[in-house]
Amino acid sequence: MEGYILKRKVISYVLGGLLFLIMVSAQTTQQHETTPEEITTEEHLEHGEADEGFSPSDFVFDHILDAYEWHILSYDDFHLSIPLPVIIYSDTKGLNVFMFNRFHHGHEDYKGFRFESHGENKGNIVEILEDGSTALPRLDLSFSKNVLAIMFSLILLLWVFLSVAKAYSRRPDKAPTGMQNLLEPIILFIRDDIARPSIGEHKYEKFMPFLLTVFFFIWFNNMIGLIPIFPGGANVTGNISVTMLLALFTFVITTINGNRNYWQHIFNMPGVPWWIKYPVPLVPVIEIIGMMTKPFVLMIRLFANITAGHIIVLGFFSLIFIFGEMSVGLGLGVSVLSLAFTIFMTMLELLVALIQAYVFTLLSAIYFGMATEEHH
Amino acid sequence: MRLVTPDIGTIFWMLLMFIIVMLILKKFAWQPILNALRNREQSIEESLRSADRAKQEMEKLQADNEKIMAEARKERDKMLKETKKTGEMILNEAKNKASEESKKIIQSARVQIENEKDAAIADIRIQVAELSVDIAEKILQEKLKDDKAQQELMEKLLKDVKMN
Repeated sequence: MEGYILKRKVISYVLGGLLFLIMVSAQTTQQHETTPEEITTEEHLEHGEADEGFSPSDFVFDHILDAYEWHILSYDDFHLSIPLPVIIYSDTKGLNVFMFNRFHHGHEDYKGFRFESHGENKGNIVEILEDGSTALPRLDLSFSKNVLAIMFSLILLLWVFLSVAKAYSRRPDKAPTGMQNLLEPIILFIRDDIARPSIGEHKYEKFMPFLLTVFFFIWFNNMIGLIPIFPGGANVTGNISVTMLLALFTFVITTINGNRNYWQHIFNMPGVPWWIKYPVPLVPVIEIIGMMTKPFVLMIRLFANITAGHIIVLGFFSLIFIFGEMSVGLGLGVSVLSLAFTIFMTMLELLVALIQAYVFTLLSAIYFGMATEEHH
Repeated sequence: MRLVTPDIGTIFWMLLMFIIVMLILKKFAWQPILNALRNREQSIEESLRSADRAKQEMEKLQADNEKIMAEARKERDKMLKETKKTGEMILNEAKNKASEESKKIIQSARVQIENEKDAAIADIRIQVAELSVDIAEKILQEKLKDDKAQQELMEKLLKDVKMN
């Protein structure tokens, strides 16, 4: 009872504080309508130092897109970032390997390559052709920020599960302890509630390594992606390349393991009239499209869910800077709201992180189950 | 590095790393973990089953014990009853024998008494006869002391004979 009253008090204080801040900031905006601040901004613009002010879309996309360097923090003119290896193959210049800081953040060209910070190929490394125009190189195998984040998460995965496996061999047939305790129910959940019912008692074991790896890879990366500081914060599972590869794994495994029954359902669906199969193969075409849409949907769902979560959080942060440009007080007032919403969103994202990993694994398991289902 | 265009570099590196990690995990993590879990489940199931079996055996043993106890009790009761019966029988027999013996003794005593009595009676009879003869002799001697009395008797006797 006491705790409940305390909670209500805290909530009312927080809400009151929020209202107060908003009122104060509204007043300061009115007072500061023509202050020297704007003049200084104009001066900056004349000098060409500052750009057009805060751009939320740049801010958001800088955070959710892949990059050739891992930006950690910026303060005034000080930028701390880890440059990553650029590996580029072009028809005219061959294979080139160098660190990204050679470009000095796009201020300099290097070896006939340029880091575009504007225009159509913004954010990409382009090749400078002989006539001065630029084009994307044939192959860009750069070890980007997302690749580093993937590597980090995979090392984490290895470390966690190899130590857990060691715990099992060290204490066979004993109750789990520590990390084992946390992960064992999840492993059992994937086995007993995802793989077994979807694939079947006799065939599920073959798919367990993939399902477990995919589940924990997605979950770990979703969680790491929520951590705003290095080495977290990379938008790995919200990257279309990553989700595409994961979905391709599912697609390839499904196709390889497809049995006679599976292919029969695609090319000669039993139980439908013959004239929608021959001579115009309407059902087979639909089935083949369905074969492709399944992994496509897996790819889009994970990508969209994670990216959307990041965009919403970054949107709330953008609000602080948008209002902060109007007036410092307003920015401060909004920051409280933004923080509250961000905390709420992060909580939601924690849930989404698990749900999306679950959904991807479950659907993969269902597809495997469909591919290996026996005729009955 | 755009939002919805797959990036070949990321795909290449991830494919490489992901497959390697998946294979390592498969060999050194997933299989050992899944095997350990299965073994543990089996051992737990086995233990539960053996515990159940032990419980059942225990119950059976207890039932057996009770049965044996009941049997023993019954046996004891039976033995007690038999002993009682035997005791009674022996007592009865002894009683019977004793009474028979006593009867026999009494009988023989009676016979002996009878014999003694008979002998005594016979003896008395002889003595009485002798006594009576003696008395008669004495009486006769007294009566036939004088001749006259002898004469008279003679006559009387002769008279009796004559009549015959």
